[in-house]
Amino acid sequence: MPALLKVENLRIELNTRDGISPVIDNLSLELYPGETLSFVGESGCGKSMTALAIMGLLPDKVGRVAGGRILFNGENLATASNERLNEIRGNDISMIFQEPMTSLNPVYSIGEQIAEVLRRHQALSNKAAWSKAIELLDAVRIPDPQSRVSDYPHQMSGGQRQRVMIAIALACEPKILIADEPTTALDVTVQAQIFDLMRDLGRQSGSAIILITHDMGAVAEMAEHMIVMYAGRKAESGPVQKVIESPRHPYTQGLINCVPHLLAELTEERPQLAEIDGIVPSLKDFGRDECLFASRCEFADTLCRSQRPPGFDFGDDQIAACWRAGEIH
Amino acid sequence: MAILRATATRVVYAVILLLAVLVLNFTMMHMAPGDVADTIAQSMGGADAEIMEQIRKDYGLDQPFPVQLGTYIGKVVHFDLGYSFFYNQPVVKLILERLPATLLLVISAQLIAIILGVVLGVISARNPNGLASHFVTGLALFGYAAPVFWTGILFLILFSLKLGWFPTSGMRDVTTTGGWFAEALDIAHHAVLPVFTLCSIYLALYSRTCRSSMLEVLGSDYVRTAKAKGLSASQVVYKHALKNAVSPVITLAGLQLSAVISGAVLVETVFSWPGLGTLAFQSIIARDTPTILGILFFSALVVIVGNLLTDLALRIVDPRVRSKQ
Amino acid sequence: MSKLKPPISGQLEEEFKAQSPMMEVWSMFCRNITAMIGLVIVLIVLFAAIFGPTLYPGDPFEMVWAPFSRPGEEGYLLGTDYLGRDLTTLLVHGARVSILIGLSAALLTVLIGITVGAVAGYYKGWVEELLMRITEFFQVLPTLLFSMVIVALFGASLPMITFAIGVVSWPPVARVTRAEFLRIRELEYVTAARASGVSNFKIIFRTILPNALPPIIVQAALMVGSAILFEAGLSFLGLTDPNVVSWGQIIGSNRQYILDSSYTVTIPGLAIFITVLAISLVGDGLNDALNPKLRKR
Repeated sequence: MPALLKVENLRIELNTRDGISPVIDNLSLELYPGETLSFVGESGCGKSMTALAIMGLLPDKVGRVAGGRILFNGENLATASNERLNEIRGNDISMIFQEPMTSLNPVYSIGEQIAEVLRRHQALSNKAAWSKAIELLDAVRIPDPQSRVSDYPHQMSGGQRQRVMIAIALACEPKILIADEPTTALDVTVQAQIFDLMRDLGRQSGSAIILITHDMGAVAEMAEHMIVMYAGRKAESGPVQKVIESPRHPYTQGLINCVPHLLAELTEERPQLAEIDGIVPSLKDFGRDECLFASRCEFADTLCRSQRPPGFDFGDDQIAACWRAGEIH
Repeated sequence: MAILRATATRVVYAVILLLAVLVLNFTMMHMAPGDVADTIAQSMGGADAEIMEQIRKDYGLDQPFPVQLGTYIGKVVHFDLGYSFFYNQPVVKLILERLPATLLLVISAQLIAIILGVVLGVISARNPNGLASHFVTGLALFGYAAPVFWTGILFLILFSLKLGWFPTSGMRDVTTTGGWFAEALDIAHHAVLPVFTLCSIYLALYSRTCRSSMLEVLGSDYVRTAKAKGLSASQVVYKHALKNAVSPVITLAGLQLSAVISGAVLVETVFSWPGLGTLAFQSIIARDTPTILGILFFSALVVIVGNLLTDLALRIVDPRVRSKQ
Repeated sequence: MSKLKPPISGQLEEEFKAQSPMMEVWSMFCRNITAMIGLVIVLIVLFAAIFGPTLYPGDPFEMVWAPFSRPGEEGYLLGTDYLGRDLTTLLVHGARVSILIGLSAALLTVLIGITVGAVAGYYKGWVEELLMRITEFFQVLPTLLFSMVIVALFGASLPMITFAIGVVSWPPVARVTRAEFLRIRELEYVTAARASGVSNFKIIFRTILPNALPPIIVQAALMVGSAILFEAGLSFLGLTDPNVVSWGQIIGSNRQYILDSSYTVTIPGLAIFITVLAISLVGDGLNDALNPKLRKR
């Protein structure tokens, strides 16, 4: 089966005060139909930039694709015209954002905001789009959709707004759904519901999902494959089960240790909760030829500080970009 | 129901504001040196003490302050704002004759300023380094710093005296014949310079406000959502962004209404436009107190009604305002 | 398992070089070219207003030459007006009145505005409600008409004109001040001051006001410009002390003669325009220098 989405050696550059920085540096990935792929990493590591690049929504004049290809069904989105991208966006590839509170337009009813995308891509009449909007609200489990459809965003809670966003994103049964930290801004109890909803509806429509998150629990629950990003580079990638059970990159290990009893039984004694000290290096250092994680890594040696590590293959698709990955399992 | 109640509250509040204007008016009249008796005596060419006493009694000036105030408010409720001894007419009649000219000037200047301001604001926000953007910046500086009567005189010199495109003064040409359409055209011809003079200040203000709110809206999350839906650039800007970006402009236009009327006073004087401003100017020279106070009252009334309309416009544009009450 | 070290950071100290806040604002302001140009013009106008009449003596009302002589003729730099008065002398003397009224009316505006805004923002509750209603009331009255009425009823002396401008212009200052007070009164150091029993008066004027000043200063600078425009409007309409010259009055008295000589109107107007423009450039410069959010750009 051919890959639905294939990203090859993607490089995204961002203009900053200190010059041009590569916020995404040599990233490759493959996404197959119906599969869920997860992007993991701290904020500022370039996860959202990758998503925006796939959508062709990198901020004007600030960011741009400087190299590599984004192949969707063989078509390179990085060089596609804006008109072509407009046909794909919201139809074949759609996206859910982090901030449900501000992602919906406050001056239009939610029904209009759902119906709009149906009219745009499926050439539905106003009336047909509106009744489909009600169906979609029902599908995302908003009670009493018949009357809520004419509500405005400010009349809904954050969780409900994110459900509306999901309804908009899935309206045209896209081949790929990108969810950029869809639950970060929500209450813990609501988070689980949103993930359930995404998984169920994604399965129904056969959409592949790219889930961007820093929540390792959600990754374990939702995804088949994962990519751990650090400072714009792929630190480790592979099947979720394998990476979580035997992480090779010290950064992946750190992230997993941040989560209490991820794989442990609840009855077991809980291990000390670790946290990763320090912060992601500043943007201007992103292009350096070294392991960018070295300054925070207790295993770092001179090689790590002088040369960028390539990806080492550990079998079953697991790849870790760490000079010492072989020793520190 | 909620909308009805909210509207009722607003109307009650507007009435209270109007009453306050009346109290202020009367207090100022009371505190000012000289009274109605003096004015009448003056217009009669002098009067002795006895007659003055009689006049004061006739006009109730010997009554205590609250009683006089009550009488004054009672009269205003019955559309009686006093009598102008200078024009020999009731003040209300005098004002109602002049009000349409001022309203024409103020409303057209406001509407043109808002519409052009939004257009300029949107164009310059879409291209922050373009020609329109520099124009808006320059216009904003000019609009703030140029005295409006000076702008008016400059327009007059250039477009009327030098180029002869527009008449120098007045609102209509008495020699015009040919039915209502020719007359309307004639008034419009006379109105161009006054309207654009008055417009110049507010066009600057509104276009700058629209540009900054548009820039903010274009960077918002919901505009990104609209783009992610695959909508075309013009749909994103004119459907999703614009409706959000005009709210600050409408709010500002409402706040500026009383300033626009102030500007109209100066512009009317420059172009001899037969409105309330010219009337105010003339009655101040003539020391015609009832007329001056009547004009102040009516202009406050115009502002209050304008604010109610602004509120209504905001309600139509922004559902959040609708459900706030 | 793994323990991760903090990153090395060397540039932090560099960014926090010790500098007094006033100096920082000043150096920020100096880097702004348009604001500096504005400042220079303002200083020139101030100089003309203070020393002009001494350096350029003569009675501005005196007829010195034939009316309507063009600028430069017979040694009269800017020519003469419809009464044969020297326009240069008129302008220099007019600067004094325009600036004086501009400054004092702005001062009055700011004093009323700060008092109302501070009390409303600090006490909140019904006090705020009442004061804000009064502010709204003043915003309903067309400012120029209102002050025309005041001047017409109570006489056109300079103090009365100043009062008439000040008493109608304060609402924007009150709004800005109130907004700042509402924000600052919730901060920890105000709570601390209140908890330690400092009097309300002291908290308002010693604790909160100094921190609320930046936006008020910008507003005050703009108010000077507005007051100059305001005075020009009043004196254009003839509502001014007939014994002194001001820029608006020169325009108002000469405007019937623009067919004979447009420069008697355009030149004083240009003086007002340039002065107010310079003040607003300074105001914008202050705004950029005082606004810490913009400072980072």
